[in-house]
Amino acid sequence: MKKGLVRAALSAAFVGAFVGMSAFPGSALAAGISNDVVKIGVLTDMSGVYSAIGGEGSVTAAKMAVADFGGTVLGKPIDVISADHQNKPDIASTKARQWADTDHVDMITGLLNSGAAIAVQKIGTEKKMITMATGAGSTALTNKDCGPYGIHYVYDTYSLPKVAGSAIVQHGGKTWFFLTADYAFGHSLEKNTAAFVKSQGGKVLGQVRHPLATADFSSYLLQAQASGAKVIGLANAGGDFVNAVKQAREFGIVQGGQTIAGMLVFLSDVKSLGLDVAQGMEFATSFYWDRDPASRAWSKRYFAKTGAMPTMDQAGVYSATMTYLKAIKAAGTDDPDAVMKTLRGMKIDDFFSINGHLRADGTMVHDMFLVEVKKPSESKGPWDLLKVIKQVPGDQAFMPMSEGTCPLVKAGGGAGTGGY
Amino acid sequence: MHLSLQMVLAQMMLGLNTGAFYAVLSLGLAVIFGLLNIINFAHGALYMLGAFVALLGYNKLGPLLGVPGLHLNYWAALLVAPLVVGALGMAIEKTMLKRLYKVDHLYGLLLTFGLALILQGVFTNYFNVSGTPYGGKPEILGGALNLGFMWFPTYRLWSIGLSLVVCFATWFVVERTKLGSYLRAGTENPALVQAFGVNVPLMITLTYGFGVALAAFAGVVAAPIYSVSPIMGSEMIITVFAVVVIGGMGSIMGSIITGLSLGMLEGLTKVVYPPASNTVIFFMMIVVLLVRPAGLFGREQ
Repeated sequence: MKKGLVRAALSAAFVGAFVGMSAFPGSALAAGISNDVVKIGVLTDMSGVYSAIGGEGSVTAAKMAVADFGGTVLGKPIDVISADHQNKPDIASTKARQWADTDHVDMITGLLNSGAAIAVQKIGTEKKMITMATGAGSTALTNKDCGPYGIHYVYDTYSLPKVAGSAIVQHGGKTWFFLTADYAFGHSLEKNTAAFVKSQGGKVLGQVRHPLATADFSSYLLQAQASGAKVIGLANAGGDFVNAVKQAREFGIVQGGQTIAGMLVFLSDVKSLGLDVAQGMEFATSFYWDRDPASRAWSKRYFAKTGAMPTMDQAGVYSATMTYLKAIKAAGTDDPDAVMKTLRGMKIDDFFSINGHLRADGTMVHDMFLVEVKKPSESKGPWDLLKVIKQVPGDQAFMPMSEGTCPLVKAGGGAGTGGY
Repeated sequence: MHLSLQMVLAQMMLGLNTGAFYAVLSLGLAVIFGLLNIINFAHGALYMLGAFVALLGYNKLGPLLGVPGLHLNYWAALLVAPLVVGALGMAIEKTMLKRLYKVDHLYGLLLTFGLALILQGVFTNYFNVSGTPYGGKPEILGGALNLGFMWFPTYRLWSIGLSLVVCFATWFVVERTKLGSYLRAGTENPALVQAFGVNVPLMITLTYGFGVALAAFAGVVAAPIYSVSPIMGSEMIITVFAVVVIGGMGSIMGSIITGLSLGMLEGLTKVVYPPASNTVIFFMMIVVLLVRPAGLFGREQ
């Protein structure tokens, strides 16, 4: 106990010193725009497992934000560049370094994979470059790996299961069995969901772990079926989630009375499954295109450009880019410390984010939504896929900062928090 | 994990499904190795190619020809994909493999491995690695059948049956017909068979074409079950090679029986201890190689 206190004090002092050294190298903040251009880099999965979630759609969203902002900020042009991080942390780091050192990129957004996002956020800390992760899920980004310039913008592996897991238990899904992708992301999703299930009085009967990118889930599904659990929780994403749901229906598991619950579901997954297979599923999301007039208006413009309705990641890229540009304008400079300070003082409210604000640990807290997939008979068009069941205020959905482990918070906040 | 009879039966059924794919793929490898002495590492990539012919034929044929609503349907794909990939195989044999018959086995392995990497790389560049669902599954094969101990998807049952029919038809042709006897004689003593007026080079080309057509056929059958992805072949090929080694290189019946039984072994392992399911086949391979180096059905040279 005592030892822990001493260690906390020491690490706080160390981090405090570190932030003091790195965040304010000069004394005054520079005014105006560095290199006479604001460069935004969209670093995402362009070709792999998650490319339908982000990919070209994210690049389009960023370019839309720049065009809507007017193409210039403080009289200087705004540029968007993009690259594929291939879901590999090493490739993501190399690209982020090159962007920081030779291309003078001011902000990186996208980051569709937790490993890649953590690596790039570390480079952001080192190079004083703002990162706004819209696709990565891991809560490590705002806990042990948090950084003074790192922002986690759309969702995380705490808020999704908190909203969806709790609701499903309350609706009668008392016993659970997990199918979990066997890497850090899946494990953390499973662990968090299990905790919320238990806190609501539910029980976890077992779990089976599958390798990433599994083609055949049938034998795992049969084990889940044999467990007799009311709910089969899928702690995986993208192609794995789609395959598991499809096969659960093929083997008559859903028809047998068990419910399938995805812990991280994107609109593109529901579209790929079709309503016949996905109907009735409840999950949590930070955005649905048909949620309200503002989200509808924006999404229709996006649809006209891409031929698909946006996922929460793609909508998040637009919102992050727009919010960043507004902060530059308000701060009168693109200096990262000044911009972070402005961001933390802003209310972030737009078609994507409702009641949003940026916390000292880098979490962009905003309202989350519980949605249900419509029955084919309820759907009025090819993209009329979900209905919003419940809106959950951000501070009830996201992890309280007091429970987090971000050293910046203990040391008195990240860059631009003014030390409180 | 409780072991009930129902669970064991169900997992055996699923194992039979995987095993049927192993059988068709290792059969093609065995036929090719038997006559050409080539260890065909491109087999997995050609299986993937077969699945893509089905997928693209279904999704893109109409737009390509400017006829909306035109699809290459599943039944047509079962024929077209093996023909397309078989023709490609014959071109590969004529232009590349032919030059390697006089040198060590290893060169054939390296060449086909290179081909596999190129094919996989090209497809990864254009297609989603997480897989694209194939929409052409025939209505008649939808739904599931109640087997008493489980609900089993009709299509999977069909895929098991069809694979077995193709396996045994191949075995019959090679082991029980005149054409097969030429093939077998050609593997023993090509010069002598040539002297009897049989066109051995053509026979070799056709054999390679047939072997890879089997892989493409397996790809079409697999498309409605799994998503079609550029890496589906590379995931399969290593396991299939282990199956061939256990059964014995070049033994037709050996590869069929080994494929089916190892698929079921894998299924059972998933019940008893899931993490070992990926490695149990390789464990078997080690045991067999220690006891019978030529494989269970192979002949000692």
